Amino acid sequence: MKERLYELKQEALRRIDEAKDVKALNDVRVAYLGKKGPITEVLRGMGALPPEERPKLGALANEVREAIQQALEAKQTKLEQEEVERKLAAEAIDVTLPGRPVKLGNPHPLTRVIEEIEDLFIGMGYTVAEGPEVETDYYNFEALNLPKGHPARDMQDSFYITEEILLRTHTSPMQARTMEKHRGRGPVKIICPGKVYRRDTDDATHSHQFTQIEGLVVDRNIRMSDLKGTLREFARKLFGEGRDIRFRPSFFPFTEPSVEVDVSCFRCEGRGCGVCKGTGWIEILGAGMVHPNVLEMAGFDSKTYTGFAFGMGPERIAMLKYGIDDIRHFYQNDLRFLRQFLRV
Amino acid sequence: MLVSYRWLSEYVDLTGVTAAELADRITKSGIEVERVEALDCGMKGVVIGHVLECEPHPNADKLRKCVVDIGEGEPVQIICGAPNVAKGQKVAVAKVGAVLPGHFKIKRAKLRGEESNGMICSLQELGVEAKVVPKEYADGIFVFPSDAPIGADALEWLGLHDEVLELSLTPNRADCLSMIGVAYEVAAILGRDVKLPEAAVKETNENVHDYISVRVEAPEDNPLYAGRIVKNVRIGPSPLWMQARLMAAGIRPHNNVVDITNYILLEYGQPLHAFDYDRLGSKEIVVRRAKAGETIITLDDVERKLTEDHLVITNGREPVALAGVMGGANSEVRDDTKTVFIEAAYFTSPVIRQAVKDHGLRSEASTRFEKGIDPARTKEALDRAAALMAEYAGGEVVGGVVEASVWREEPVAVAVTLERINSVLGTAITKEEAAAILSNLQFPFAENNGMFTIRVPSRRRDIAIEEDIIEEVARLYGYDRLPATLPVAEAKPGGLTPQQAKRRRVRRYLEGAGLFQAITYSLTSPDKAARFALETAELVRLALPMSEERSVLRQSLIPHLLEAASYNRARQVENIALYEIGSVYLSKGEGVQPAEKERLAGVLTGLWHAHLWQGEKKAVDFYVAKGILDGLFDLLGLAARIQYKPAKRADLHPGRTADIALDGKVIGFVGQLHPAVQKEYDLKETYVFELALTDLLNAESEAIRYEPIPRFPSVVRDIALVVDENVEAGALKQAIEEAGKPLVKDVSLFDVYKGDRLPDGKKSLAFSLRYYDPERTLTDEEVAAVHERVLAAVEKQFGAVLRG
Repeated sequence: MKERLYELKQEALRRIDEAKDVKALNDVRVAYLGKKGPITEVLRGMGALPPEERPKLGALANEVREAIQQALEAKQTKLEQEEVERKLAAEAIDVTLPGRPVKLGNPHPLTRVIEEIEDLFIGMGYTVAEGPEVETDYYNFEALNLPKGHPARDMQDSFYITEEILLRTHTSPMQARTMEKHRGRGPVKIICPGKVYRRDTDDATHSHQFTQIEGLVVDRNIRMSDLKGTLREFARKLFGEGRDIRFRPSFFPFTEPSVEVDVSCFRCEGRGCGVCKGTGWIEILGAGMVHPNVLEMAGFDSKTYTGFAFGMGPERIAMLKYGIDDIRHFYQNDLRFLRQFLRV
Repeated sequence: MLVSYRWLSEYVDLTGVTAAELADRITKSGIEVERVEALDCGMKGVVIGHVLECEPHPNADKLRKCVVDIGEGEPVQIICGAPNVAKGQKVAVAKVGAVLPGHFKIKRAKLRGEESNGMICSLQELGVEAKVVPKEYADGIFVFPSDAPIGADALEWLGLHDEVLELSLTPNRADCLSMIGVAYEVAAILGRDVKLPEAAVKETNENVHDYISVRVEAPEDNPLYAGRIVKNVRIGPSPLWMQARLMAAGIRPHNNVVDITNYILLEYGQPLHAFDYDRLGSKEIVVRRAKAGETIITLDDVERKLTEDHLVITNGREPVALAGVMGGANSEVRDDTKTVFIEAAYFTSPVIRQAVKDHGLRSEASTRFEKGIDPARTKEALDRAAALMAEYAGGEVVGGVVEASVWREEPVAVAVTLERINSVLGTAITKEEAAAILSNLQFPFAENNGMFTIRVPSRRRDIAIEEDIIEEVARLYGYDRLPATLPVAEAKPGGLTPQQAKRRRVRRYLEGAGLFQAITYSLTSPDKAARFALETAELVRLALPMSEERSVLRQSLIPHLLEAASYNRARQVENIALYEIGSVYLSKGEGVQPAEKERLAGVLTGLWHAHLWQGEKKAVDFYVAKGILDGLFDLLGLAARIQYKPAKRADLHPGRTADIALDGKVIGFVGQLHPAVQKEYDLKETYVFELALTDLLNAESEAIRYEPIPRFPSVVRDIALVVDENVEAGALKQAIEEAGKPLVKDVSLFDVYKGDRLPDGKKSLAFSLRYYDPERTLTDEEVAAVHERVLAAVEKQFGAVLRG
């Protein structure tokens, strides 16, 4: 009987091994472990054995059952796993097919540049001032040391609405407006971005509407070297750490001394290339120390207070940064242009 | 201002400084040199030749066959097409092998069968700008004076071995509109001396007052008027070197007398005018404002109508010159002029500016008066002109100067301390360095204990206050030596205002939602300005627009956004989603600034979503646009206070437009373009919106308040309600919410049906209602009771019945 049990075990294990699917495996289970199965049969014949042999045989029968049971379970798991794998294999897809597009727009390149510059100066403690685009002659010119008949008014042909009202020709009116609000007490530390207008015919380098960013700092003991340090910091953050700046003397009625500010060329590192026209330097800003007349007119004592101001053109900076060749692109709103400015 | 390097070197020693280096130094210390041009750029092999013979070409009417002595070997045969070539002339000959501008190489050639060994040149062919070539040589070759040496370098004789610096002058540096002014500047930069020209006059024993008297009736316009008489002049060409310098400076030579006045204008910055004394018609000069209706025929033969705004030089009866701008034809110097009256005057800027503006006449003279001349040098310039006329026009200078003057030199003194200089600049300039800079500028000064008191020379009218001196010191000290520091002040954090920060969030939201930011023009045409406007007022109109297309300020952003959409469609970009944030301008009456209101607008057309291989494709429709706005209101915490109401607006689809109200006040709209407008802009189905952004940004957002996350299960019940077609889903939804309070938490519409299975004029709206109590699990009975209440309410209000 012992032999019979061993035999059954071998036979069952072989059939389990041969089972191709869950159904075949079930057949094996029913065939060997069922109530009418051969192991039960063997146990039924146990009465013919001597009593001391019976427990041994019982134990052996259980062992065999156990072994078959385990083999069944292992095989079951294996078959199920195979089944899953087969199913998953059938579900495979082409991962190179295009994904469902997420709709994304992006800011205008000028907004990109303006916000970047705003953030640079906010980091240095500036606030952002905004003001009207339709200005009075007083704030646009007179408060900036450009009295009526001043020759420098020729430099910016303006869109007048009446004799006293015009479209602002620069963002500088915000200098006077902000200082007036401070009622003669510093510190003043603002930048002012916005649209400005000049009587120019639109072409590749001129636009009757464009943008400017003005900066103004007024306090006790503001020095021209502070202007240089501030703008160098700005240039390095905007154009890269290695940049340097240089001042060239210039003239603006509202600053004295006045300078034009060049940044070392970020394309060629100052060696000379097409972007900097071979000079190694690119003009990006006008700046200077606030003219005492401007301070006084806005209610600041020019003996106690000094200040610096600077102004720049986001169009020019965007054109330099991105290599844009025609200023009209900024105002045509061609999507083939606009959507090039998505990347962070 | 065009500055000849060689001419400049007569006033300042330029030894060891090339033109390019000089340009760089000038630029670095304050005046931008736009370019440096070598006048002889690339040219060689041009000599002075003598035309020995000149006869018609046997085979060509317009050509001449010349034999020219070029100072080496045998005379050569040259075929010349210039109409003015003649035997006996001294001419510029480009020899065989010579190179002319534009890499034009002269070769031996045969012209209509006749050999030509070189070319007789016009000035234009030698690179001289046509507009400065003397009129008599404008259409032909240039003829040298008869004493020009044969075989000599023609370019040298024409002053072309020179370089010209083009100075771009800012309005404050009118002093550099003269060679002497530039010389002072260059001398200050190089630390060298200025050599002033000789102005000594040899006078006859006669008295100028016997010839002429001067009276100025408008001294505020003309504080100084001086004149001299030069008699027995012989009008002819001026010396070649003078002509060359005029041409290099961009002025066309005329004759010796006129050229001398222009030469002095360039040298001193003092405009002069030469009258033919015998044609003046009287022995007096009266300077006055013109009378209304008076006229003058100016040198350019144009009759000009004058007004009381203009200043004229008269002979006591009628104008003989438009002061400071242009002389009159009646008293013009001509070939037969014998006696010249030279005028040297100081006219003030406003009256000249007015004349320039009214007559559209800008001249070298008027430019200088407009920007301001140095009256302290006026009489010196007059003397120098008279001396040159004696020398180069054979004249005799009558004794004395006629003069009418109220001008007194008012010395300008500026005091500044060294400490102030250094504290404004952030430098550590020493007393000696500052003193050296002032000396180089030739500013007389006294120094006492670090206090500099400077007497500003009259040529530098731009310097009046201490900051001006600080700037002079700074620019000559060198800005590259300025240290770079940061302001020392209490550190206050910077930042955006809440509105500015919100506006940026709005931008990022819209971009994240798939819209691109556009920036369009504020100026537009009157017919577009108020179209689509949320609010209108009088148009704000430019006084002098450049075109009707850009003549008024916009009151809506939509028209230009539609143009942008149209522009894109015309370039095969069909799917368009643009937004713009910008101002509109509403007049508040004549003479005051208009109200500027910030608007947010958008235009959507084409496909909103396309993912074709998976069969997804969604065109823009009303609900796409509305969904974007819903998200925006959510972002701003205003969703609960926003209402959409069907609206009719001009140029929009009457059945597909909604006004948007915030707390009941209309702050915008969204809708489909009227098909007629779509056609006008060549657009397909297009949706637009415009919102009063200022109102949205100023509205207090609902603060974020945490609500406990549901702990008990909620119950969801769906209902389909059949109502009349015209019942608005929004109203029905609101009624459900009202009636379901407080247990009904979410009501969402999930189906709209109209069709065969319903009676005509009816539709079915299906809603999903979520019931929830934060304190406990709801029983079926509780839910059923509220549900009944909801159904009863909608039946009562809308006649809604449950769909069977």
